[in-house]
Amino acid sequence: MAEVKTKGEVIVNRAAIVAVLLALVIMLTPILWITATAFKPRNLATTVPPTVFFEPTLSPFAKLFTKRSQLRAPVDEATYAAAPWWEKLVYDGGEQVVRNKKTGEATSSGFGNRYMNSLIVSIVSTILAVSMGTVTAYGFSRFRVPGEQDWLFFILSTRMLPPIVVAIPMFLMYRAVGLYDTHVGLIILYTAFNLSFAVWIMKGFIDEIPREYEEAALVDGYTRLQAFFRIVLPEALTGIAATAVFCFITAWNEYAFALMMTSRNAQTAPPYIPSQVGSGLSDWTVIASGTFLFLLPVAIFTFLLRNHLLRGMSFGAIRK
Amino acid sequence: MTRLEPDTRAAARGLSDLTIRNLFIIPTIVFLIVFNVFPLIYSLWTAFTDYRASTSADANWVGLQNFRELLADPYIWRNFTITAKYVMITVTGQVIVGFGLAMLLNRKIPLKGLITTLLLLPMMLSPAVVGLFWKLLYDPSFGIINYFLGMGKFEWLANPQMALWAVALVDIWMWSPFVMLLSLAGLSAVPKHLYEAAEIDRAGPFYTFFRITLPLVAPILMIAIIFRTMEAFKTFDHAYILSTQPTTELIAIRLYKMAFLEWQTGMSSAFAYIVLIVVVAITNIYVKYLNKAKAR
Repeated sequence: MAEVKTKGEVIVNRAAIVAVLLALVIMLTPILWITATAFKPRNLATTVPPTVFFEPTLSPFAKLFTKRSQLRAPVDEATYAAAPWWEKLVYDGGEQVVRNKKTGEATSSGFGNRYMNSLIVSIVSTILAVSMGTVTAYGFSRFRVPGEQDWLFFILSTRMLPPIVVAIPMFLMYRAVGLYDTHVGLIILYTAFNLSFAVWIMKGFIDEIPREYEEAALVDGYTRLQAFFRIVLPEALTGIAATAVFCFITAWNEYAFALMMTSRNAQTAPPYIPSQVGSGLSDWTVIASGTFLFLLPVAIFTFLLRNHLLRGMSFGAIRK
Repeated sequence: MTRLEPDTRAAARGLSDLTIRNLFIIPTIVFLIVFNVFPLIYSLWTAFTDYRASTSADANWVGLQNFRELLADPYIWRNFTITAKYVMITVTGQVIVGFGLAMLLNRKIPLKGLITTLLLLPMMLSPAVVGLFWKLLYDPSFGIINYFLGMGKFEWLANPQMALWAVALVDIWMWSPFVMLLSLAGLSAVPKHLYEAAEIDRAGPFYTFFRITLPLVAPILMIAIIFRTMEAFKTFDHAYILSTQPTTELIAIRLYKMAFLEWQTGMSSAFAYIVLIVVVAITNIYVKYLNKAKAR
């Protein structure tokens, strides 16, 4: 754009900067608010007017991972002093950890397991989708495939299916073969969902690698497979990493399939966290802390991925 | 660029190109057919039966009855009307906000990269969890939206007239960044000499916008619009969590309730097929535009 010259243009430019900052504040307020709530003592979470300044506490996080009950009377000092740090945090929050009457062990809430399930399902399905997607993309990129456009359209169209449309028959089939509420069942669904994305976006990345590299390797006596593994894969590494992060985020965020295909054993965090909102008695600080822990990896990945977002979001059609 | 003809290059060493091609492509196709196409064939059959997954009773063939009942059901038509309204509100909102932000950002701004990334954050988050924390923001008694707008104890989600707009606002918040991202790409691709030429010709800002900027960004904006239309049509996650009113019952929510809460498996399969036809139609248009953008 032409250099800023006139007085009028200076004013327009300054106004634009102010508008951008204003938009930034509005867009980020919901995220900042839930983050702040995660670190609040319970009595400050739902005040009117809203509490903006407060002394942050980790109490909601300790509550998030444990099963608790209301503290009727303040806990005596000796018990408090003897308690581990996380139990102290729960006491600070006005509650006590429910302990097994026989063994005395603290009982955990369902959150830890759900978070772990989210990690397992997302990581495994990402590895499967990206590895299958990369070789398939190579196949489409380098070889003549009869009806190529039709196959690529078919692959993309599977991604566009509404989850619920697929879930109705899948539920019946999973129930018949015992895959309902299993990690394997969810991994298969997420792999299928991400596979089509991985093929499309990896095809873009591989198309950009000059085929002369492999031709030279083939002349040098490499087999086609060796050329693929030693020449093409290292060249495509950035693309593979970006694709993997995208697939991970998609699987991590997925809600509908998890809601319909799992109930306990393999349930991931997205259907679990909202199910904790009760009728008015719910502790928003605990829900917020769960939300915060769940959104944190995605926020970090978004920064790592920032230069590939455009490409990923347009299925590789638009590049910078 | 010439493409290798697999069989002419049947290599002397290692696997032939033809074998490798098949090895690389066929498993993916088979996987997708088994886990996406096959279930759809299965549900095509259940669509013509009175099957209920909650009972052990056998499915009976009922022919077109499910489809006839669905198309005659005024409630289903209402779900479609609500969804159409939802698509219009969200896509229009996203284009205005997203394109507006892109226009603002398309100049020299300090920390532009960081600001852009921060603005993109909402679209990367889990829609279900986003729906959840908007519930906190919308709360009539302690939500910060009512506080900042000075609206007292206004009900956003429990108010039949307001609920759809409230759910749509969350969608606009999440996905305006997507339109912004694509618009920015379109804006940065507009050749600078066109603006210089316009300046020399003393063209006004409106003329420049409608005759230069908009036509050149239009193809990419079109991709954003079609994609968002398709996604908005399928909206489930945050809407299901925020929805308390019949006025926010989008198609996907109705379908979910029919299939997994009322257990009308046969009927919901038929409904799913009607939805599927719409989605495939929009996908077709979308891919056409994607390929056009690729060809440029």
